[in-house]
Amino acid sequence: MSILGLPLGLTPDQFLFILRGAGWTLVLSLFGFVGGTVLGLPLALARAARKGGLGSWLLRQGAGAYVALVQGIPLPVIMFVVYFGVSIGGFEVPALVAAGIAMTLWSAAYLGEIWRGCIQAVPRTQWEAAECLALTPAQRFVHVILPQAMRVAVPPTVGFLVQIVKNTSYSVVIGFFDLTYSAKVINNATYKPFQVFTIAALIYFLICYPMSVASRRFEARMRRA
Amino acid sequence: MRAETDGMTIADPRPATPAAPPERETMVRFEDVRKAFGTVEVLRGITVDVHRGDVTVLVGRSGSGKSTALRCINGLEAINGGRLTVCGRRLHEPGTDLRSLRQDVGIVFQSYNLFPHLTVAQNVMLAPRKVKRLGLSEARELAREVLHKVGLADKAEAYPEQLSGGQQQRVAIARSLAMQPRLILFDEVTSALDPELTGEVLRVIEGLAKAGMTMVLVTHEMGFARSVADQLVFMHKGTVWEKGSRDILRDPATPELRQFVGNGL
Repeated sequence: MSILGLPLGLTPDQFLFILRGAGWTLVLSLFGFVGGTVLGLPLALARAARKGGLGSWLLRQGAGAYVALVQGIPLPVIMFVVYFGVSIGGFEVPALVAAGIAMTLWSAAYLGEIWRGCIQAVPRTQWEAAECLALTPAQRFVHVILPQAMRVAVPPTVGFLVQIVKNTSYSVVIGFFDLTYSAKVINNATYKPFQVFTIAALIYFLICYPMSVASRRFEARMRRA
Repeated sequence: MRAETDGMTIADPRPATPAAPPERETMVRFEDVRKAFGTVEVLRGITVDVHRGDVTVLVGRSGSGKSTALRCINGLEAINGGRLTVCGRRLHEPGTDLRSLRQDVGIVFQSYNLFPHLTVAQNVMLAPRKVKRLGLSEARELAREVLHKVGLADKAEAYPEQLSGGQQQRVAIARSLAMQPRLILFDEVTSALDPELTGEVLRVIEGLAKAGMTMVLVTHEMGFARSVADQLVFMHKGTVWEKGSRDILRDPATPELRQFVGNGL
């Protein structure tokens, strides 16, 4: 087996095994992004809320505490806590589910912060103009603020996808079969760590680089607009 | 009519203005309205009536409280004291339905505040569609009508960024008109425009005045104030220092207004 003429000394089967791990890396990334979106959007809304009484204050503080907590814990530790925490509760879960939950909790905190910034980047006067047209708070957000915030949000969100993909590699600590794990298995079988992990690195790069490029493109397009 | 400030009382030489006969409906009534931001008193007890069909112009130096007074009328600022009645709603009492108030009271801002992601027509149609639940074809018809009124029927499909400042401001006026308000507030709507663009916006406002729209304007355009005002209110240090017909600009009763007008000319 050779890549770009480099003799890597792996059989096609071994290479396919690593590719299968890469497939699971993509699956876990998708989990992390979808879960992070579902949880991160309400977090962003709670954090961006300005007006309101005690209820919205509590919501804002709660969301703020969550973000601070998650950002203060390394992802592999979150993985461990979720994996063993769930099994203490008496549930036996596949590593994919535990890793998916951990990725969700982790990415929600960061996506929530990114999107909070995007919502707050929409000028206050836009809220005011919408309010003065007698739109309800929900209508103001959906029809006036969100479309403007989304335009700003595309480049940093795509950029963060790269972080999600790379950080799924931490799921190796709870034994999830991803690209890093499959590479480790092949290394144990072949004792060719340099070749094996170089292949893994290349695959990670091939997944992430197009996303980085896309993120920069989106940003450039937005600056022109 | 008297204006009280710092214990000083100024008698207005024109107690009854012909522009405001008492039998006409009062759209806005300020009674000793007070407003403070923290410890800074911005409105220190102002009393003004706005009658239906009248153009009331608030003038005064920056910081005299005229913009704050305007923003109180549609509930953008809550008042701290006194009584404020707008289109039959008592804003000094808790529990005012601000959304219903804002269907009666439109506002146009200095910085236009159009929605940049929507076309001109979509800007105009948004509130009629979502708030008044108009159907699409009805809303389109309405948009055509109000855009025609401000002379921009041909710009319906343009985005705000493709328009000049004057055009954007006229779209903002059309957006406000589309809600068929009983009263429109104008907050220094020409302050961001050069003289030529100012003219095109003022002509639109003039047209509305002729059509009988009730309006309250905050402006620094003294020439315009002199030509459209049915009632002129000179604000100074958070109080109504002088008010009357547009003639008070020609013949001020107080040295403050005389100086203000002098500087404005």
